[in-house]
Amino acid sequence: MTARRLVTLTIALLVVPAAMADIGSRIWATGGVTTIEGSAGGGLVPWALLGSYASDEEWGGTVALGRAEVDDYSLSVTGAGLNWNNRLEITVAQQTLDLDSLVFTLKDGFGLEQDELNQDIFGAKIRLVGDVLYSPWGQWSAGVQYKRQRDFTVPSAIGARDDSGTDVYVSGSKLFFAAVMERNLLVNLTARATRANQGGLLGFGGDRNNSHELMMEGSVGLFLNRQWLVGAEYRQKPDNLGFATEDDWWDLFVAWVPDRRLAVTGALVNLGDVATLEDQQGLYLSLQGSF
Amino acid sequence: MGLTNRYATLSALLMMLTLLLGGCQSLNTEPENSLYQQLGEREGIANVVEDLLYLIVEDERINQQFKGMDVAQFHRNLTDQLCELSGGPCAYSGREMRELHADMAITDTQFNALAENLILAMEQNDIPTGAQNRLIKQLLPLYPDIRNL
Repeated sequence: MTARRLVTLTIALLVVPAAMADIGSRIWATGGVTTIEGSAGGGLVPWALLGSYASDEEWGGTVALGRAEVDDYSLSVTGAGLNWNNRLEITVAQQTLDLDSLVFTLKDGFGLEQDELNQDIFGAKIRLVGDVLYSPWGQWSAGVQYKRQRDFTVPSAIGARDDSGTDVYVSGSKLFFAAVMERNLLVNLTARATRANQGGLLGFGGDRNNSHELMMEGSVGLFLNRQWLVGAEYRQKPDNLGFATEDDWWDLFVAWVPDRRLAVTGALVNLGDVATLEDQQGLYLSLQGSF
Repeated sequence: MGLTNRYATLSALLMMLTLLLGGCQSLNTEPENSLYQQLGEREGIANVVEDLLYLIVEDERINQQFKGMDVAQFHRNLTDQLCELSGGPCAYSGREMRELHADMAITDTQFNALAENLILAMEQNDIPTGAQNRLIKQLLPLYPDIRNL
């Protein structure tokens, strides 16, 4: 094992110059970061940008770990993505929501023994037209997220209709150079058709509404320099379940992209009321590696 | 009462922000050649272009495209072009950009590589971030000509 590691390390060192060139040619931070649903974007909102740094003659990939801790819940996300020619992005993500305080509500109110909810998300995003940096009209992409809730007992008990669902979205992103105090401003707008409750963690559809509805999501970020991006996101949400109202999400984020290989994102998130527990606020941290 | 206080604080913050942004904006509306000056005038731009050339030569993604070119002429023309675009007293005397790149079939990968090298060359010459951004903004209209779109 040790010998094999040494050989691997030696080979790695030999190919480092080549590997550095191979990471992809797009300009720093133009791959966004990995959202909680695996698609490239910010923290909560997918952007028109495709993950990694692959340009039009290149392949690229990302792996990411994220964790959000709000008052009564914590969400862990692992994600990975591939990008072909900066044209097509394929992603997978797995979410685990620890129910923490909700465990007691579920046990006392519903007689349910459940301490976490798991969901898998398979995503695809295609860049339709434009380049976020170079096109005057920005970059436009369309994407789908197929979501599969793996612990449907709880969502079902509170009125969700289905354990899987598909979100479809169209997204536009544009970087305005030297826009605010000579700094570059990134603007994103996403329209998503969805019937997911709390992103799908509480299932799909419900007693109040069972069809796809159009939700608007947006974010703005200012590049302080090419390594630091600060901004805010807003994500409108459906409200399908009579059991508890669902609020829109928002966050304030800071992303640090020291080079193309690494991105670190921290955010203050506000998820509003989630499954009867009010005003869920907390911190989000995400690490992303690109290759 | 608490709510009124919060609104008062918020509006005070907003006013401060407005003043701050307004203040910075008035600093930025100096004479048109301030970008040219921030780049270090023609000499500073010539240094950036020289470092850019070193980066290009070592960059496997694009050095093939520059094979056989007249380095001195390229250096002079690009320096003049950036000088003119930044509001300096120069005139670009090279060929028209679309015509110049028509047969080169430049890909997005290659365009990105050149943009990256330009940014690195500006960083090597301590060009402030704001000036870098402003110069790139001036260069954006050249994208469709260079890519032959």
